[in-house]
Amino acid sequence: MTADNNEGRRRFLAGTVGAAGGLLLSGCDYLSWSGAFVRLVEGAQKLSGAAQHLVTSRTSLAQEFTEADLSPFFRSNGTSNPQDPAYQAMAQNGFAEYRLEVTGRVKRRTAFSLAGLRDLPSGTQITRHDCVEGWSAIGKWKGVKLAALLKRVHPLPDARYVVFHCADSIDDAGTRYYESIDMEDAYHPRTILAYGINNQPLPIKNGAPIRVRIERQLGYKMAKYVMRIELVESFAGISGGRGGYWEDEGYEWYAGI
Amino acid sequence: MRKRWTYRHTLPVRITHWVNFPCLLILLMSGLQIFNTHPSLYWGKSSYTGKPSILSMSAKQMKGETIGVTRVLGQEFNTTGLFGASKMGGQWQERGFPAWATIPSSQALALGRRWHFLFAWIFVINGVLYVAYSLSSRHFARDLAPTKADLRGIGRSIKDHLVFRHPSGEAAKHYNVLQKLAYLMVIFGLLPLVILMGWALSPWLDSVIPGWVDLFGGRQAARTLHFLAAVALVAFVVIHVFEVISIGFWNNLRSMVAGRYRIKEAANDSR
Repeated sequence: MTADNNEGRRRFLAGTVGAAGGLLLSGCDYLSWSGAFVRLVEGAQKLSGAAQHLVTSRTSLAQEFTEADLSPFFRSNGTSNPQDPAYQAMAQNGFAEYRLEVTGRVKRRTAFSLAGLRDLPSGTQITRHDCVEGWSAIGKWKGVKLAALLKRVHPLPDARYVVFHCADSIDDAGTRYYESIDMEDAYHPRTILAYGINNQPLPIKNGAPIRVRIERQLGYKMAKYVMRIELVESFAGISGGRGGYWEDEGYEWYAGI
Repeated sequence: MRKRWTYRHTLPVRITHWVNFPCLLILLMSGLQIFNTHPSLYWGKSSYTGKPSILSMSAKQMKGETIGVTRVLGQEFNTTGLFGASKMGGQWQERGFPAWATIPSSQALALGRRWHFLFAWIFVINGVLYVAYSLSSRHFARDLAPTKADLRGIGRSIKDHLVFRHPSGEAAKHYNVLQKLAYLMVIFGLLPLVILMGWALSPWLDSVIPGWVDLFGGRQAARTLHFLAAVALVAFVVIHVFEVISIGFWNNLRSMVAGRYRIKEAANDSR
């Protein structure tokens, strides 16, 4: 083996590694948008959801914390003050005119005032909020148990999902934020419509007057500024059809991971 | 110098080895994409505990210039071009790791998560198959478990590595003791840790046994450990590839592709 030969091999090797790296990057960028890849990824997501359900019970509880663990301030993300005029008018008046409408596949359509919601069975929990971005914050939430609210409206047997329609829009087009969960999460003992945080009324930056808490999933599932709850058989016809604002942007509907 | 051949790697080892290669690369680069969405690391149960982050990357403007800043345990470093601020398509961007290190290259968290979780499944299934094969074929016991003689010779092996003296003859047929220990630490230490710390980030898996995540210092500590384990895996791969090249790139590559490895006779063997 000659020195020249070695030099050539080294150059060939360096070139190959560099080219392979470039190819990998552009390949991954290209593949990210192809149909087959998206289907493969969706398969992997289903597998993740199925595996996570296999090792937990329907009513398994996310960890709860003590007052000592509370974050000094609870970070606001996404919208911190909805610009919708109707919302602004309500906020001016301390949400006295707020009515949470419950519609869709229910026997009894109902509109709840904030006082009406406070009269329903409530729950208080100190839990960790995990944002898809990577940060976590710990807060003490108080709110009406969604299961108790659903009992009042009598869901029809074909209701499979609970959709939360919100007052805020994140993009410039004005698309309203929305989210959806299945009935398993809707009836979960820690799923609440929170009207209080850290012993105070929920401030606007954290979703006043009502934000939903779904403790085993990521923050984007926990819609703020909830104005209307709709029970549906399928969310295919709502907005982008994927069950939520961020889901329509490519995030997963199942946000337990 | 005479040449001898030995059959070094069995087919299952070769296949699982090469499946690891794209998996680790894609997991690393999509992981950096996910990290970039919130390029800070903390120790504890949450990010907002009143204590500062232990690592963060950000960009700032100074006299019209973009500066990338990395803060590690309160110390600030100028990392312009690499961490905090780097160019993409000729434009300065505030981003943790640069575009060439992330999948996808532009900021796209949802896609990064898709790549990460898909290849996490492939990687874990591949790892389970490897461990099952290695237990049933006694690959661990035969090739990876250090013998008493190995452990006694650990001092000499360290010296050999430091002066790049490579084993020949009979000794070249087996992994050396540092190699065995490094592989075992990766297989039974780093990889289980990086997987477990990944699970610790899932809010749903948090509910399997409430409180288990705190055994590792809390969710944000788990995120930091997940990151550090990935850094350690990169260090392992760098040393691994360095050793492969310095001992004989083509010989090693052939043995991991086709199985056959060429042994140089030791000088005293032929005397």
